[in-house]
Amino acid sequence: MDDLLTVSGKKSKKTAKQWIQSYDGQKAITSIVFLLIPVALLILFTFVPAANMVVYSFQKRSQLGTDIEWVGLDNYKTIFSDSSYLMTFKNSIYYLIGSFIQQALALLVASVLCSRLRCKNFFKGVLFFPYLMNGVAVSLIFLNFFKNGDGVVSPQGTLNSILSVFGVEPYTWLGAETANFCLVFVSLWRYIGFDILMYIGAIQSINTDVYEAAELDGANSWQRFRYIVFPSIKSIIALQCILAVNGAISVFETPYIITGGKNGTTTFVIKTIETAFTYDKIGLASAMAMVLLSITIVVTIIQKTVFKEET
Amino acid sequence: MNEKVTYNNSLSAKIWNALKYAFLIFGCLLVIFPLVVVLLGSFKTHKEYLTTEVFSLPAKMNFENYKTAFVNGKVLLGLKNTLIIIVFSCIGTIVTGTMTAFVVQRFNSILTRAVKNAFLVAMLLPSISMQVTVFQIINKLNLYDTMMSNIILYVGTDIVSIYIFMQYLSQISVSLDESAIVDGASYIKIYFQIILPLLRPAIATVLIIKFVGIYNNFYTPQLYMPSEELGVVSTALYRFIGPYGAKWEIIFAGIIVCIIPTLTIFLTLQKYIYSGMVSGAVKE
Repeated sequence: MDDLLTVSGKKSKKTAKQWIQSYDGQKAITSIVFLLIPVALLILFTFVPAANMVVYSFQKRSQLGTDIEWVGLDNYKTIFSDSSYLMTFKNSIYYLIGSFIQQALALLVASVLCSRLRCKNFFKGVLFFPYLMNGVAVSLIFLNFFKNGDGVVSPQGTLNSILSVFGVEPYTWLGAETANFCLVFVSLWRYIGFDILMYIGAIQSINTDVYEAAELDGANSWQRFRYIVFPSIKSIIALQCILAVNGAISVFETPYIITGGKNGTTTFVIKTIETAFTYDKIGLASAMAMVLLSITIVVTIIQKTVFKEET
Repeated sequence: MNEKVTYNNSLSAKIWNALKYAFLIFGCLLVIFPLVVVLLGSFKTHKEYLTTEVFSLPAKMNFENYKTAFVNGKVLLGLKNTLIIIVFSCIGTIVTGTMTAFVVQRFNSILTRAVKNAFLVAMLLPSISMQVTVFQIINKLNLYDTMMSNIILYVGTDIVSIYIFMQYLSQISVSLDESAIVDGASYIKIYFQIILPLLRPAIATVLIIKFVGIYNNFYTPQLYMPSEELGVVSTALYRFIGPYGAKWEIIFAGIIVCIIPTLTIFLTLQKYIYSGMVSGAVKE
């Protein structure tokens, strides 16, 4: 664009003025003026940090950038050999399985909500609302829900209170054995509403004629689901399952607030943030961010190539 | 959807129907129960909370906990700060987002194609992990522990909004622009008088997504605004864990205060929220 300006500037002042007033000139000037700030912000807060991340991942360095030391692939080796980092991958498997269950449940709820029913909007609204709730509020609610209090200074949590009615002894739900299951449940509770919404949209986009014809022919609910609904939304289900991989590795907020990553509940992102901001190991944290980025890119490539026709 | 009601009186159909309602009601109770406990607890005194069952009604409506949460817990300040950040971030996003979308969508040049691809690539980067290196930049710009740090990140890294504007703009016919050009309008005039007004539905969608996103965001304020005076709703509530760790009735009041704005907006804008949330997921 700058070349254009200088070329026309050389010819004569008059033509430069004419060029500015012409639509080509206007286009160039508008492009530059309108894009200046957004592109500057994009470079400053996305591309510069991304480039830094690549470089830092081969270094040992602190937040202030002092004592920089090139360590080659050591940071990556640490991530894939040190057990405290490997554990986070194991934990993400809990969330991955959890999100498959979440998909199945959401699909079930969505197909029920698409059948003849009263109070549809009420059910949909209630089930969707947790998705909009503040993550800190959700986390605190479940911190109290799963709590094991002594009943004297700190009262019993909701779950233990309910269970005590049936004579069950109080249990430390957020202890090492069950904490991950509780956290996966919280994640399901919080996010399922969105999947329900997606599946309702997908089911409603199916041509109702086919559906009604099948109904007239005497197909029952299961048959209609199996032979009409399922084939039509198969690709969306597969897509959601692929994206679940990304979601499972990116879990952060709820475990960070509920357990702080204790009792074996650290996730990959909690570990990354801890490594960077608690232990001040920017090099290692950058390498972890690079690993997450690679997973995201692989998932996106699969999404774009396999689901190209459908989405 | 088949809304026409045909009465099927067979027994199996009735059982099937009852099961459907039972399933949905069970699901709704799972959502509502934890919230009811919080609501009831927020009106109890500390002694009452310790001694009564979680589902028992409070002896009387006691607003002391709310007062503590609002004033000592700085939730009121948090609401104010959140609102300031939301207003400036929304203005920033709408101005930069619509301008970018207009240029990228309407002018087909090497520059605009490059910019479009740059934005699409940026969409891939996982935002929480990026903070590892974004932090240094915020620091170098002397924005650490200022509201501006959050505002600039909400404006500068919001690629989903630009994408929504571009999508919407691609459905608006170029013939409108062309007829304006025939009438001698400049591009600036076209942007302000044709494009911006036509983008109103997209702007509404972006506003909803941004409101929910910023109101619920935790890690950005937690990371960049550690001062208590700069607390937003999320961080103010998070800080309840320390001082009120044993006083759950006060934490409960804080939770309810935090949920009320979300609930109000959900109830009034339900239809727009559903469609807005789905279009906001294009990134995923």
